[in-house]
Amino acid sequence: MLERFATGASTYAASIDHLIFLIAVLVGFWFLVAEVALFWLMAKFRRRDGHAPQYVTGEEKHLTKWVTIPHFLVIACDLVIIVPAILVWVNVKQTLPPAQETVRIFSQQWAWSFQQPGPDGILDTADDIRTVGELHVKANTVYHFELQSRDVLHSFSVPVFRLKQDAVPGRTITGWFNATRTGTFDIQCTQMCGMGHGLMAGRIIVETPQQHAAWMKRASSPALAASAALPSDTAAENTKIAEVRR
Amino acid sequence: MTTPATGAHAHAGSHGHEPGHHEVSFFHKYLWSTDHKMIAMQYLFTGAALALIGGYLAYVFRMQLAFPGHVVPGYGLVTPNRYNSLVTIHGSIMIFWVAMPVLVAAFGNFLIPLMIGCDDMVFPRINRLSYQVFLVSAIILLSSFLVKGGAFGGAWTSYPPLSANGVYNLTPLGSTLWLVAVALEFVAFLLGGLNFIVTTMNGRAPGMRMWDIPIVVWMIVIASVLFMASVGPLIAGAIMLLFDQRLGTGFFDPGRGGDPLLWQHLFWFFGHPEVYVVLLPALGITAEIITVFARKKLFGYRTVLYTTWATGVLSFVVWAHHQFIAGIDPRMANVFTITTLLISVPITEMIFVYIATLYGGSIQFTTPMLWALSFIAEFLIGGVTGIFLGASGADIYFHDTYFVVAHFHYTFFPSAIIGMFAGLTFWYPKMFGRMLNETLGKIHFWGTIIAFNMIFLPLFITGAAGDQRRIYNYALFSEQTRPELQYLRELSTIGVMILMTFQVFFLFNFFWSLKHGERASENPWLSNTLEWTVPSPPPHGNFAELPTVYRGPYEYATPGRKEDYWPQNAPITPLEEGAL
Repeated sequence: MLERFATGASTYAASIDHLIFLIAVLVGFWFLVAEVALFWLMAKFRRRDGHAPQYVTGEEKHLTKWVTIPHFLVIACDLVIIVPAILVWVNVKQTLPPAQETVRIFSQQWAWSFQQPGPDGILDTADDIRTVGELHVKANTVYHFELQSRDVLHSFSVPVFRLKQDAVPGRTITGWFNATRTGTFDIQCTQMCGMGHGLMAGRIIVETPQQHAAWMKRASSPALAASAALPSDTAAENTKIAEVRR
Repeated sequence: MTTPATGAHAHAGSHGHEPGHHEVSFFHKYLWSTDHKMIAMQYLFTGAALALIGGYLAYVFRMQLAFPGHVVPGYGLVTPNRYNSLVTIHGSIMIFWVAMPVLVAAFGNFLIPLMIGCDDMVFPRINRLSYQVFLVSAIILLSSFLVKGGAFGGAWTSYPPLSANGVYNLTPLGSTLWLVAVALEFVAFLLGGLNFIVTTMNGRAPGMRMWDIPIVVWMIVIASVLFMASVGPLIAGAIMLLFDQRLGTGFFDPGRGGDPLLWQHLFWFFGHPEVYVVLLPALGITAEIITVFARKKLFGYRTVLYTTWATGVLSFVVWAHHQFIAGIDPRMANVFTITTLLISVPITEMIFVYIATLYGGSIQFTTPMLWALSFIAEFLIGGVTGIFLGASGADIYFHDTYFVVAHFHYTFFPSAIIGMFAGLTFWYPKMFGRMLNETLGKIHFWGTIIAFNMIFLPLFITGAAGDQRRIYNYALFSEQTRPELQYLRELSTIGVMILMTFQVFFLFNFFWSLKHGERASENPWLSNTLEWTVPSPPPHGNFAELPTVYRGPYEYATPGRKEDYWPQNAPITPLEEGAL
């Protein structure tokens, strides 16, 4: 259902979408029951000549069932929602599948920057690739991210992944994603972070292993490292920012 | 506003806190009064004025969202900083300076003594102080627009470190003024809530048992209990945040041993019960109106009270559902998902009771009744969409999107705005001694309801499509620049303009009817509760003779009686005793 409004591009996007669909069906049912009952009663018991109102306290034995039956049905529906909600949550947020790659994400007013291992595959070595505003990842690979903030709260959100995690200064919060679709997608900041909150956009570029290897080669060659760190379209983006500010 | 004054003479002498008798100066009559009805009017008019300001702020930022970068007529250019201030102060005003003063304080003050058969609040001077503190807090909040850096823009939740440090929020003075204003507002409502609870528990007319108290009074009392029990942690948090801002302490600064998440827990421990503080009075107002205009006894008076208390108690253990993705231990989310979804049980029951009350009734669609029924119909949308956000797995996606914005406006708008109009149109005859014009009232109703849905239904879709909150321009987010999303944003903004236009009908109706409306009798709606047994408007001291209560408030269409209503204070005549 959500796919109609926002593409899904991670392994857990579908499970979140299914959960949302399940909730929509259940609450949609109760919503319709209540609204239909409301409007039907409004129409049926509108004031008419010769129809006197009835005296009903609602505490008669045969009438309390109109409250107790929904009571148990709503509890049942709650359980039907709670169980999958927790299962999805445990899968996305509470467990970490073994990492194939690790990236470090830094948030600050008002930009995203990323650190990932270079060709040696090890983080915190001389050949680490650091980028601003752009994160290049391989499709179908389990990534762990280590999310940090340098100043205030931010939130790392990739709508197509159905991923959202606040960044808290003083902590490193680890999470994971596994992209299933190649392409360029938005990274949003979804936590109010000050004046430039509306400018704190980033891109996540999901690539095939070949594309990713080619990118890594370009990004880690010393001559091009500088231009890789500030990709060419950042300049275009800067003018865009200037435009928006104006 | 002129009519309550004439009544003020009648009982002035019997009250030590009113100066002498006869001519009371303007100052003492309107500004320094301890009469609960006058304090209610002060709260009502201040809250309504602030609602207009809050609405204006919404108009400005909705215009920016529909036509980004254009000069907004009546405001000017919306810069990112100003945009943040606009949304922050809009949220703060609408919750703390509109919903609470109008629903809790204005209706609480006006209705409680009249409905329980008491001449005034138990502590009239504390009541007066409550309003004065409230007024000061409102002035401080509004003054923050004028200081250097402008008004606070760190969202109404005021999360540190952004709110704690002027280097981050760029509004060092504005953020402190916001905090002081909020803290003072809490003081005002602690004083008011104290009065509501004590008056209801001690000031009831002889014969009025707990089960005979009208639902709206119960709801305001329970709301006050929830507020008083939840606000303590937030006041502590506010003081810590103030120290962080002004004295350089580090309560929320991780670099100095503090923790930003501590604020979130303190804030939401208060913030979630606060939702019910605003909701319950509106539910109470609705209960009074649907029983009167359906000529029906409430379907299970006790059920309503039990479910209200259950909701109130549960509302204290759900706060972390606002923080699922904030960096709390993920295992906590499982507990809070369960408690959050369980709160749907008592609330659903309560709504079912309201709907069932219509069964077998004789429904008159007067303006107050339309507002009350629309409250149920619209609040249902807010209620069911909350399930998406309370279910942790789904909240990962919806958190901080416009889906949340649409959801809570479908709870707050029915509570604060629909509830306010329901109450005002229903008790206007009692408050001002005149009837409102029904035609104008219905035009205003339909315009407001249609526009309201036009504003917020599109936002469910933009939220589901990934629009995140508090963004003044989506130009940099390629997935949110799709034209169809922009159409929806524009539709929503047009809704705001229609909504504001239709308020003219209400304002005209309100002020025109003060002078030219048909004179209201004591009991124009043929209602049972005690406020309808005194003249409209009630004199100072309310009751010429304190009433005695013989029955519950919802005895409509009682078998064996000629009239289809039975006032709470009407003694049983020997004839009736035989018939019943």
